[in-house]
Amino acid sequence: MEHLLEITDLCCGYDNHTVVDGLSLHMQPGMLCCLLGSSGCGKTTVLRAIAGFEPIRGGSIVLNDTLVSAPGHTVAPEKRGLGMVFQDYALFPHLSISDNITFGLRGSTKKQKRDASDSLLELVGLAGYGNRFPHELSGGQQQRVALARALAPEPKLLLLDEPFSNLDVELRERLAADVRDILKARETAAIFVTHDQHEAFVMGERIAVMNEGRILQWDTPFNLYHEPANRYVADFIGQGRFISGFLVTPDTVDTPLGMIRGNRAYTWPSGSWVEILLRPDDVLLSERSGYRCTISDRAFRGAETLYTLRLPEGGELLSLMPSHHDFPVGMEIGVVIEADHLILFRADRAPTSS
Amino acid sequence: MNTLLRSLALSLVVTLATPVVLAGDTITVYSARKEHLIKPLFDAYSKHTGITIRYITDKAGPLLARLKAEGANTPADILMTVDAGNLWQAANQGAFAVVDSQTLEENIPSHLQDPDNRWFGLSVRARTIVYNTERVKDGELNSYEDLASPNWKERLCLRTSKKVYNQSLVAMMMARLGEEKTEQVVRGWVSNLATPPFSNDTKVMEAIAAGQCDAGIVNTYYFGRLLKKNPDIKLALFWPNQNDGGVHVNISGAGITRHAKNPEAAVKLLEWLSTPEAQEMFAGLNMEYPANPAVKTSPMVAAWGKFKGDSINVAEAGKRQAEAVMLMDRAGYR
Amino acid sequence: MTRTTNSVLPGTRTDGWRLGLQPIQLATLALAAMVALPLLVVFSGWLQPENTVWQHLVETVLTDLVLNTMVLLTGVASGVLVLGVGLAWLTTMCEFPGRRLFDWALMLPLAIPAYVLAFVAIGLFDYSGPVQTLMRNSFGNSLWFPPIRSTGGVISVMVLVLYPYVYMLARSAFITQGHGTLEAARVLGLGPWSAFFRVALPMARPAIVAGISLALMETLADFGTVAVFNYDTFTTAIYKAWFGLFNLQAASQLASLLLLFVALALFGERHLRGRARYHEGTRSGPPRRHQLSGAAAALSTFAAGGVFTLAFLLPVIQLVSWAWEVIAVDLDSRYIGLLWHTLILGAIAALLTVTGALVLAFARRLRGDRLTGSAVGVATLGYALPGSVLAVGIMLTFTGIDNFINGVARLLGQGSPGQVLGGTVVALLIAYLVRFLAVAFGPIESALSRIRHSLPEAAHSLGAGGGEVLRRIYLPLLRPGLLTAALLVLVDVMKEMPATLLLRPFGWDTLAVRIYEMTSEGEWERAALPGITLVLVGLLPVIILVRRSARRTERNDNDSEPS
Repeated sequence: MEHLLEITDLCCGYDNHTVVDGLSLHMQPGMLCCLLGSSGCGKTTVLRAIAGFEPIRGGSIVLNDTLVSAPGHTVAPEKRGLGMVFQDYALFPHLSISDNITFGLRGSTKKQKRDASDSLLELVGLAGYGNRFPHELSGGQQQRVALARALAPEPKLLLLDEPFSNLDVELRERLAADVRDILKARETAAIFVTHDQHEAFVMGERIAVMNEGRILQWDTPFNLYHEPANRYVADFIGQGRFISGFLVTPDTVDTPLGMIRGNRAYTWPSGSWVEILLRPDDVLLSERSGYRCTISDRAFRGAETLYTLRLPEGGELLSLMPSHHDFPVGMEIGVVIEADHLILFRADRAPTSS
Repeated sequence: MNTLLRSLALSLVVTLATPVVLAGDTITVYSARKEHLIKPLFDAYSKHTGITIRYITDKAGPLLARLKAEGANTPADILMTVDAGNLWQAANQGAFAVVDSQTLEENIPSHLQDPDNRWFGLSVRARTIVYNTERVKDGELNSYEDLASPNWKERLCLRTSKKVYNQSLVAMMMARLGEEKTEQVVRGWVSNLATPPFSNDTKVMEAIAAGQCDAGIVNTYYFGRLLKKNPDIKLALFWPNQNDGGVHVNISGAGITRHAKNPEAAVKLLEWLSTPEAQEMFAGLNMEYPANPAVKTSPMVAAWGKFKGDSINVAEAGKRQAEAVMLMDRAGYR
Repeated sequence: MTRTTNSVLPGTRTDGWRLGLQPIQLATLALAAMVALPLLVVFSGWLQPENTVWQHLVETVLTDLVLNTMVLLTGVASGVLVLGVGLAWLTTMCEFPGRRLFDWALMLPLAIPAYVLAFVAIGLFDYSGPVQTLMRNSFGNSLWFPPIRSTGGVISVMVLVLYPYVYMLARSAFITQGHGTLEAARVLGLGPWSAFFRVALPMARPAIVAGISLALMETLADFGTVAVFNYDTFTTAIYKAWFGLFNLQAASQLASLLLLFVALALFGERHLRGRARYHEGTRSGPPRRHQLSGAAAALSTFAAGGVFTLAFLLPVIQLVSWAWEVIAVDLDSRYIGLLWHTLILGAIAALLTVTGALVLAFARRLRGDRLTGSAVGVATLGYALPGSVLAVGIMLTFTGIDNFINGVARLLGQGSPGQVLGGTVVALLIAYLVRFLAVAFGPIESALSRIRHSLPEAAHSLGAGGGEVLRRIYLPLLRPGLLTAALLVLVDVMKEMPATLLLRPFGWDTLAVRIYEMTSEGEWERAALPGITLVLVGLLPVIILVRRSARRTERNDNDSEPS
């Protein structure tokens, strides 16, 4: 299959500081991808390298079969045919909304420009705002304009740098879904950078989890959640806590909470020490269970309540229960593990109980 | 923007082309004497002879620096100044050529021209005492030196020592009285000041008229201008030192530059300027005194009375100017 | 991963956008060289020791001159800071009777040459002037009146003439600052005063510092104003050495010390400013004005009105009344020539200088290296030298080049072409450029520093190349700064005397030349006509500039708030 974008062994940095270190990534046309990671992990640098704002130190970036970045070789951003949405939107304050949107349209007649601007404004739900100026719009509106402007030249690939970070949560999720639908409808591929996994899950068909300048896992949201490739990803994606145990059979682990058996076989020798990821929905509270722990915190979430539990041996668990069960903090209660899909990581040594 | 560039290019071409167009019948003058005091004369001469005179006006210092820097490439034929000091300095730095002209020798008295014939005075500027007619009694005024006596405590107004006219005055006093005596006099002046020195002669006279002080030292033509504007002003001129050195006189004058492109024509112009016809206008334009003794002063100037002027060669003013400046600095004369 | 670099199409090495800045460095170095040459000529005065002059100056007047200069600088700096920033704050942040008028009227004193205000002030307020005469006639002689020919007097006049530099720059900084940051400060618990001192003022610092440095450089270089007051400064020593002691070498040495002092001061400021960034805050409209009422409103109107009257109305009325006396005699056909020369020189010089300053500002923004930084520093030193000294430095440079050309031509047997550069309009324009680069640089740099980097990046990502980004993003956003710069240069060039006098081609007399000829003969009345013409000509661009920026603020005022 043709690749829209191929990043191979990308290295970026300045002075003697490495920001991105040997990163590779391939992307098909029309795909929505996400670079997910905590701040400082190098995700924005990757995006800027793709856009051409950041010269690279090693590796290569190939866009539509054209080498655009290599050490000592950087094709100018304006020659890459990419769209970009900036974290601060970077709307041109001296231009009206429609002039902003049509900025990248070259060689079009006035009428074509007006039509393009109108239809894009319509698309982002801001019909009639064309004559206003950026400072007269709210943050969410500016965001939509920034998107419309980046889409106007119909780029094959759109880059979005923390596009929703300046917005409030509710608006953020709604906009993320809107943006996804718009991009899908136009078959525009996109890479966007975020530190927010909800945003990533809403928009990204494939997500690259990044840490310290490397991609730790490049996968679908489902797989990231259910098949994290390593402990960092497992920790970073979704909620959950680890408890220790040792492998009894390839699919059974002996833990302080009893034998837990999953539907997946691990090939490590029996007796290997492992760590088991337990998601909140794997852990049920039950008066009848013999494995007791203490409720140390609870967070009411409407339909559900998220409990934090303290194990007598040390360690923590999270449990998500329908909120019609109501247990107070400090209460001692039984725990049942109902995980049919066990996520194990091999531990180097026996856990020290704390 | 295009038009601007084009006009820039055009003016460039024009100015670059100018030197080429220069024919033999153009005289170029660097003048410290201001345009409105020379242009009528030049116009008259051009009309008279068909010779074009182009000029540029500035202070003498920058003009002399330019003349020297341009060296052999200078377009200037004549350097004109408003004081003897700068003429002497120009000659001293070798910027002037020696002029051998019978007419100039005859028309200009010897103490108003360079002993070595490199420059010639064209008008005389007398620097004399002005006083308040209501506050100064008859017989109180005597000489420049006398203004340093305790009688004038808090009654004297002076212009700044930075003006070349005062520097020339003190330089000539040094020539007459010697350095030590002159310094005493200047110190006396400073201690008699009623108010800090003014920046120009007109302000000195206005202060005297307003009664801030009683007497001061000014060039006569400034007095003339003030009198024209305000005929009833309570001021009069006094001619000091009539029994010894005489009234301090300076000159406005000119010389032919060493690398003049058109020296013969330039000398002819200077000669013409020394003739009675031109002298009357030259002095008259600014109420100065003609350098040519055969020419009568204008009636208004003549009304201020006859005086005996200093007969020491004005070159002394240039020779001693730097010393005079230092002396005034030492004496605290700002 | 099947693709290799073999598939890379040939001809894609279009590194343009970063390497394309290389020419900007070259241009910066060229500008620096243009300024540096005459400065080097000035510094070369040291090649010949002038011990006698130095010994004399040190023994007699130098201490006083340095002290006087320091007092003057301190006074002018505090004065323009208080007046400039205070009035800018008042007109951008508050609403009071007459604000709309003062908003632009307070820039007008810029068009008044300092020496003119000095002369008017002395004429009006000295012992023999009408004010004191009237008081003596009414109350007798005993009444005390502050002496105008004093340190306080010269500082006041300088402040009144120079505060518009700070006012204009601070004003545009306050306007672009927006209300967001200020409101943030208020929410964080700062009162209006501390919000001003701790947020608005520091944010506007590059603009304010640029304004104050211009004012101080002009103060240091000034000779005309202090001469009218007979107030002796360091510049006085320079002129004394040159004109009084006939010693241009010693004058150059003194001038180079002055230059060194300015260079150190500027460097120090840069250093102090350190790594702080002053980009425009995001997403906030222009400031909302605070409605003043009662005593506060009256006081504001009085303060703004007072400054305007003293700095502009008074001198203009005086000039007009003088001009009226001589208009019949002096207004002839040659006057049109003076006006034309003044305008064409001013306009071309403004264009050149603003372009040069734009290059410098971009070089500093896009290139962080030492070389560019120092080159920019050197290129903006020309304003600090007394005009005559710089003019001579430039003149010597040009004649040096001319002599060299002539020498070569003679060697080649071509005869000597005479003057090539000296005495041409080009020489004069370069002189203006060298002298006023700093004036244009200040406003442009501070405007540029307020443009976030993401804006040009966004434009690049939309397919715009370097030239297009300059044309469609930078220039429109910089327009207020560019206009301010052009205006300042235009007005300064039109007022400029020493270089114009020394370097103008034959016949290229300007209004300033006419003013010089009249004032140097003490004929102030006859200088009034070219003086008032200069003010009027200077006013036109001020008014254009102001109306444009007023329209913009108005539009922002009237538009509805974000939904």
